Amino acid sequence: MGGLTAAMFLFLIASGLSLIFGVLRVLNFAHGSFYMIGAYLAWQVVRWTSPSGAAFWLATVGAVVGVALLGGIIERLLFRHLYGREELYQLLFTYALVLILGDAAKFTWGTDQLSVSRPVILNGGFTLFGTILPYYNLFIIIVGPLIALGVWLMLTRTGLGRMVRAAALDREMLDALGANVGWLYTGMFMLSAGLAGLAGALVTPIQSIVPGMDVEIIVQAFIVVVIGGLGSFWGTFWGSMLYGQVLSFGILIFPGFSLFSVFALMAVILIVRPWGLFGKPIR
Amino acid sequence: MTGRFSPRSRRIPWTLIVFALALFVPWLGSRYDTFLATQILIYALFALSLNLLLGVTGLTSFGHVAYFGIGAYVCGIFMKTLGVPFFLAFPAAGIGSGLFALVFGYFCVRLTKIYFAMLTLAFSQIVWAICFKWNDVTGGDQGLPDVPFPDLDWMSGLPGFGHFRIGEKFYFLTLILVMLCVAVLHRLERSPFGRVLTTIRENPERAAFVGVNVRAYELAAFTAAGVFAGFSGALFGIFNRGVFADYVFWSKSADVMIMTILGGMNHFWGPAIGAAVLTILNQQITSYTEYWPFVLGTILVILLFVFPGGIMGALDAGWTRLTHRRDA
Repeated sequence: MGGLTAAMFLFLIASGLSLIFGVLRVLNFAHGSFYMIGAYLAWQVVRWTSPSGAAFWLATVGAVVGVALLGGIIERLLFRHLYGREELYQLLFTYALVLILGDAAKFTWGTDQLSVSRPVILNGGFTLFGTILPYYNLFIIIVGPLIALGVWLMLTRTGLGRMVRAAALDREMLDALGANVGWLYTGMFMLSAGLAGLAGALVTPIQSIVPGMDVEIIVQAFIVVVIGGLGSFWGTFWGSMLYGQVLSFGILIFPGFSLFSVFALMAVILIVRPWGLFGKPIR
Repeated sequence: MTGRFSPRSRRIPWTLIVFALALFVPWLGSRYDTFLATQILIYALFALSLNLLLGVTGLTSFGHVAYFGIGAYVCGIFMKTLGVPFFLAFPAAGIGSGLFALVFGYFCVRLTKIYFAMLTLAFSQIVWAICFKWNDVTGGDQGLPDVPFPDLDWMSGLPGFGHFRIGEKFYFLTLILVMLCVAVLHRLERSPFGRVLTTIRENPERAAFVGVNVRAYELAAFTAAGVFAGFSGALFGIFNRGVFADYVFWSKSADVMIMTILGGMNHFWGPAIGAAVLTILNQQITSYTEYWPFVLGTILVILLFVFPGGIMGALDAGWTRLTHRRDA
């Protein structure tokens, strides 16, 4: 069950990464940084509103909004000007964000481990098959798929979703048809950053917040989206599940080489099906 | 596209002047200057090898650090664990990383653009995971400390070398080996082979249409770049007195890319200049503040938005403006 909770977190983070790749065709290295900033923001809000019972929920909202705004500002002021440039410049720009945001977080919140306590309502747990499952983990296992479902419904069932998919296929044509593609991209960037911020806030009761959590998570999220298929939402879901399984079976088969086995899986998938298990080939 | 100064400035043999100056660093500068110069030389070779892919062939390799690391490990294992002398371990490092680049590259060149970048990244992380965990051979997370220096006692017999310690002697060895490698790289880029690579960068479809086997050429470039990255890694392992798994971590690939772009990837010497500037800046800035990544990120953003051609690109544009004004 602990594995399932971890898979759900990974899924929340990877879904934002996959979303932005599906629309902008760019790998956002800074996605992990958004996640980290989300965690720090949540801690900050909890500190300000501490005695209140709703502190954690306020913090979650604060983290989502704060990180989404940060993402929006970065997209509007800087990233927008790199569309149409070579991938190399886009990749390096997101890497520059990793460096800048990582140090900005260190500068603001220091290098000590920070932690947030669980919301009072979700304290305690129940016994399942002889192990204690905290209510908080159960909450994450339920919330993860719900959010995925929400975003997936938005992308497939609404007019806005149609526009997003159209933008991914042919930006210029959509622009010519009168849609405001510029703001659409900004909106998607904010949504993606907001998902990262949400994951960052939700992870704080389980993991302590430390510098370096950005780089650690981004590599895992990359593996997940590559396995599932970049730009494919359900691919990302199954990719996160598979990632957890391969990691735990890798430990059983070659102890100490589980890291190797997930990277090897990623490489094999890129070689055989570069668009991932659930994705569609794009030209 | 290829940046070139005006014919008058080209008549000055810049390469010879820089080489001659570099030769005198141990006499003119302090021991620390020599140390820094050694580091610059090694990174310059690494960045130049990457530029064979990035600037010349137009391949965004995000895993070039794998071949640097393999070179470092091969040389380190040969010299420390097996006691093989440097003159055998050094070529072995190049061959080892070249072989890995050949195998990995075979799969990578089948993909294009972002998928190429991701597969190179995946392979470099595989190499990292192996280096990090295979305790018996690579020392795992402890790495391979105390890689010995090559035996350079013979240099003491040369006039003026008597008072030099191993650091200065290793600098001369590095200087000569790097210069040889760079000469080969330069020759390679200016050869018909290099011209074909540039054609592939400009228009792969058209290159294929006129009968160029694009994949084979890309694979050849990938392997050659791997060999030279391996050489630079071998030197770096000795220079740094040990080989550790974080040499192979993915963020190092980004660092060497920044060097290449900072110098300017459309110019042969650009990456070397980028390596020098970044190494010196790093030394200067880390003595004032611990927030070097912040500075590096800011430099990178300015570079991407204001000077996409890097230092050489900016100099080139400045020079053109200057000479044009004089003509008018």
